[in-house]
Amino acid sequence: MPAINLAKAPQPASTNPAQIRNFCIIAHIDHGKSTLADRMLQITEVVESRNMREQYLDRMDIERERGITIKSQAVRLPWKSGIDGKEYILNMIDTPGHVDFTYEVSRSLAACEGAILLVDCAQGIEAQTLANLYLAMENNLTIIPVLNKIDLPAAQPEKFAEELAKLIGCKPEDCLRVSGKTGAGVEELLDQIVAQIPAPVGDASAPARALIFDSVYDTYRGVVTYVRVVDGHLSTKDQIQMISTGARHEMLEVGVISPEPVASKGLGVGEVGYLITGVKDVRQSRVGDTVTNYNKPAREALAGYKDPKPMVFSGLYPIDGAEYPLLREALDKLQLNDAALVYEPETSAALGFGFRCGFLGLLHMEIVRERLEREAGLSLISTAPNVVYRVVQDDGKELIVTNPSEYPEAKISQVFEPIVRATILSPTEFIGSIMELCQDRRGILLGMDYLSEDRVEIRYTLPLGEIVFDFFDNLKSRTRGYASLDYEPTGEAEADLVKVDILLQGEQVDAFSAIVHKEKAYAYGVMMTQKLRELIPRQQFEVPIQAAIGSRIIARENIRAIRKDVLAKCYGGDITRKRKLLEKQKEGKKRMKMVGKVEVPQEAFIAALATNADPEKSKK
Amino acid sequence: MAAPLSFYIHVPYCVKRCGYCDFNTYTPSELNGDLTSVSAGYVDQLIKESTFAKSRINQEIQTIFIGGGTPTLLDPKELARIITHLKENFGFSQNIEITIEANPDSVNSEKLEKLRGIGINRISFGMQSSVSHVLKVLDRTHNPENVANSVTSAKAAGFDEINLDLIYGTPGESISNWKSSIDTVLSLPVSHISAYALILEEGTKLANQVKRGEYQVPDDAETAEKYLIADKSFSAQGFNWYELSNWAKPGSECKHNLAYWKGDNWWGLGPGAHSHINGERFWNIKHPKSYAEALSNGSAIAGSEILSVEEMESERIMLEIRLPSGIEKASLKSAQIEKLTEFLEGGELNPDSWREGRIALTPNGRLVADRIVRKILF
Repeated sequence: MPAINLAKAPQPASTNPAQIRNFCIIAHIDHGKSTLADRMLQITEVVESRNMREQYLDRMDIERERGITIKSQAVRLPWKSGIDGKEYILNMIDTPGHVDFTYEVSRSLAACEGAILLVDCAQGIEAQTLANLYLAMENNLTIIPVLNKIDLPAAQPEKFAEELAKLIGCKPEDCLRVSGKTGAGVEELLDQIVAQIPAPVGDASAPARALIFDSVYDTYRGVVTYVRVVDGHLSTKDQIQMISTGARHEMLEVGVISPEPVASKGLGVGEVGYLITGVKDVRQSRVGDTVTNYNKPAREALAGYKDPKPMVFSGLYPIDGAEYPLLREALDKLQLNDAALVYEPETSAALGFGFRCGFLGLLHMEIVRERLEREAGLSLISTAPNVVYRVVQDDGKELIVTNPSEYPEAKISQVFEPIVRATILSPTEFIGSIMELCQDRRGILLGMDYLSEDRVEIRYTLPLGEIVFDFFDNLKSRTRGYASLDYEPTGEAEADLVKVDILLQGEQVDAFSAIVHKEKAYAYGVMMTQKLRELIPRQQFEVPIQAAIGSRIIARENIRAIRKDVLAKCYGGDITRKRKLLEKQKEGKKRMKMVGKVEVPQEAFIAALATNADPEKSKK
Repeated sequence: MAAPLSFYIHVPYCVKRCGYCDFNTYTPSELNGDLTSVSAGYVDQLIKESTFAKSRINQEIQTIFIGGGTPTLLDPKELARIITHLKENFGFSQNIEITIEANPDSVNSEKLEKLRGIGINRISFGMQSSVSHVLKVLDRTHNPENVANSVTSAKAAGFDEINLDLIYGTPGESISNWKSSIDTVLSLPVSHISAYALILEEGTKLANQVKRGEYQVPDDAETAEKYLIADKSFSAQGFNWYELSNWAKPGSECKHNLAYWKGDNWWGLGPGAHSHINGERFWNIKHPKSYAEALSNGSAIAGSEILSVEEMESERIMLEIRLPSGIEKASLKSAQIEKLTEFLEGGELNPDSWREGRIALTPNGRLVADRIVRKILF
């Protein structure tokens, strides 16, 4: 067996960098990364078979249920190479698999010398995988192409080997073939990691520099920071310093994950492990930052540190107004573990007290919302997501607008909106339909490449605001679910935007205001007024629903008054029935929000605000 | 003083089920037999239940209402047995009102005389409409001309209290169709009119036809308009409005129905019938066969509830508002009254009554009575 007994394996802080291999796995959701990781844990015997469970490394319930990995982790795997018979330490750095976490992915990649490009050989490579692959190639990582799920009857390893070969410039026969499920080919893969991926190089005598590639809040231990040591050495006795913030922390514990945390004396060059400093908030230990020794500090930070920038904003409101303090508490708690989440209180005339929250993207938004509902037991309404606008007014003053209701009414000289570079992978038969969609969303075609005879990569520049609305769903339905999408922010562009307000009986409903392109304003107004006409029950008076730009009405619908609201017959048995109905209506009334005099059921808000832009659905 | 006692007698048989009807009634074929065989012994069951009733409440009877189904399907002799039994066991008040429901097609002079002869003094005909195409949508079998004959014959047989039931808002019924039904009613010697807006009950043939798009339900504004037309026409002819859907010549109000709305005691005999005795509501097993079986073992009660103070209050408000006397303001909290000012301003509440300390509906207010109830209660 090429596995090594843990106690006899090279120990942390005293492992020769030449014996170390740091790698990550780049894969699309459901292409089998977690299952492959499970097999590696088993084959290297760091997890005993009887303790094995599926998706061992995915810690949060939400990860396991959705099959996605939010937080990356690093596992130390001892391995005796079947090729040269020598002992090695393989550090597997798990990366988040989604577009919203590109920055986190890039830091994970920066902690590695090599990457396994894992592709389901029944499905082929997907847009997000491609984006991460390019990221890895830009980081000069050694790429090992691996076709997974070769046990599946629908597997087409030859076809996708060619696709991969073309992409990374290798030969189709260089692609390894494994099955995470059965374990076939996994030992060979471990051997190839040793053979192909370079050992880390660093200056052991230089001042310590370690890259933070992840930072996780733990209820019992505070923040656990995952690092890759580049130069020097970190040990328990050290005081450490974060270079970007200058903050100094005591080091309480250093260790490695194997795959449970094991404390060690320290970490040396090329090693990957964790630090615990007693910090209670991940924002004090940010991904991408450099850890150094306070008493012997390095002068230069490692390259690539960025503050996470929220790209998508949405208002979150408790359905039951009394839960507002609970929502605040839950957000505070969540932020301990999510440096990218920002929020501030806001008040909506229609929805009451809530928070305007900023997210990295749509998935991040979904995850936060779901965690708030699941972990804090809250029921929430979220407003339609919007992006950040930079508005230059006539007097030259600049405004950053994250909430449509703050959009100035007049005297706007210029508006800038965020722009992304989107990559779409799809079977060739849908090219026309995809281009039509992108054109309709103000996209500009950047280029198109054939990955294989029947698969194409299409690149567009698109306003992010057009993607956050319902782009995913549209793309999905136009391509029968085959297309995949990735995007990365590339800056901002001036655009002809207007704010469309929705008025119920003359009263503006702030939750429904949206900033849209001038040419789309009418369509938005018509869509929203029609939707609301369907959703809002008739009242005792007529309720006009209007869409307006400033004072100009662009669309109008009417909810007719109810003329008759009475039960004609009320004898004997009807009485009980009628009273029970009243009791039910009383319950229903609690779920009504008042907009002026109009009663609007919560469901109407939820349904009207639904953009159908659930990014999860679009990837299946 | 105990609340007055009324009896409702349910006769759960019909020759044919009408398309809009969701009452607890059965056709002989649904019960696997002909009418004689399915109804044999039915009156014995009613007598048995009334004996059980007597163990719970024993006082003079003010009103009896024999409804259905089609009660006239039972032989008058059979009906006489239960009436006599009730009289002998509970006693009748001097002015007892005994009503029977009848289908215009199921009676003739001879039968009407017999019914009058066994003490029934009020008759209610299911007319619904005078317009054939409307009756067809309602799936009613009677010939509209029979209504006039039935009323005349009833009058001749000695019935002074005659009611006609009308339904408005049927798919396909125009305003002028409705007006002609009203005119027909007003041309006949009746003392009481009930007019109900059609309710599409889930699961009925008519509701399914509407669901399938075979019929279009008229707009509720038009149905509201029909109510107002009816109210005006009836009042003009001396029929006073005295409950949401009921109008009567002075002194001809249906005492039995008033008992429901005033929260009196009433016992329902027969399958599925509901009772209300001193704040407790209970109801019988619905199917005639199971009813009979349960009864032979003692009681046919399927379920019951004792009303909480809050529930009694809800019922009081939802029932009292249907009457011209309305709700006494002093019985409500000031916050509840405060909420009602919008209806006063909107013309839904009668300002004279308001000044006199009562919350009473105007014709427009009656159209939204349930909303006003909700406003008071929550």
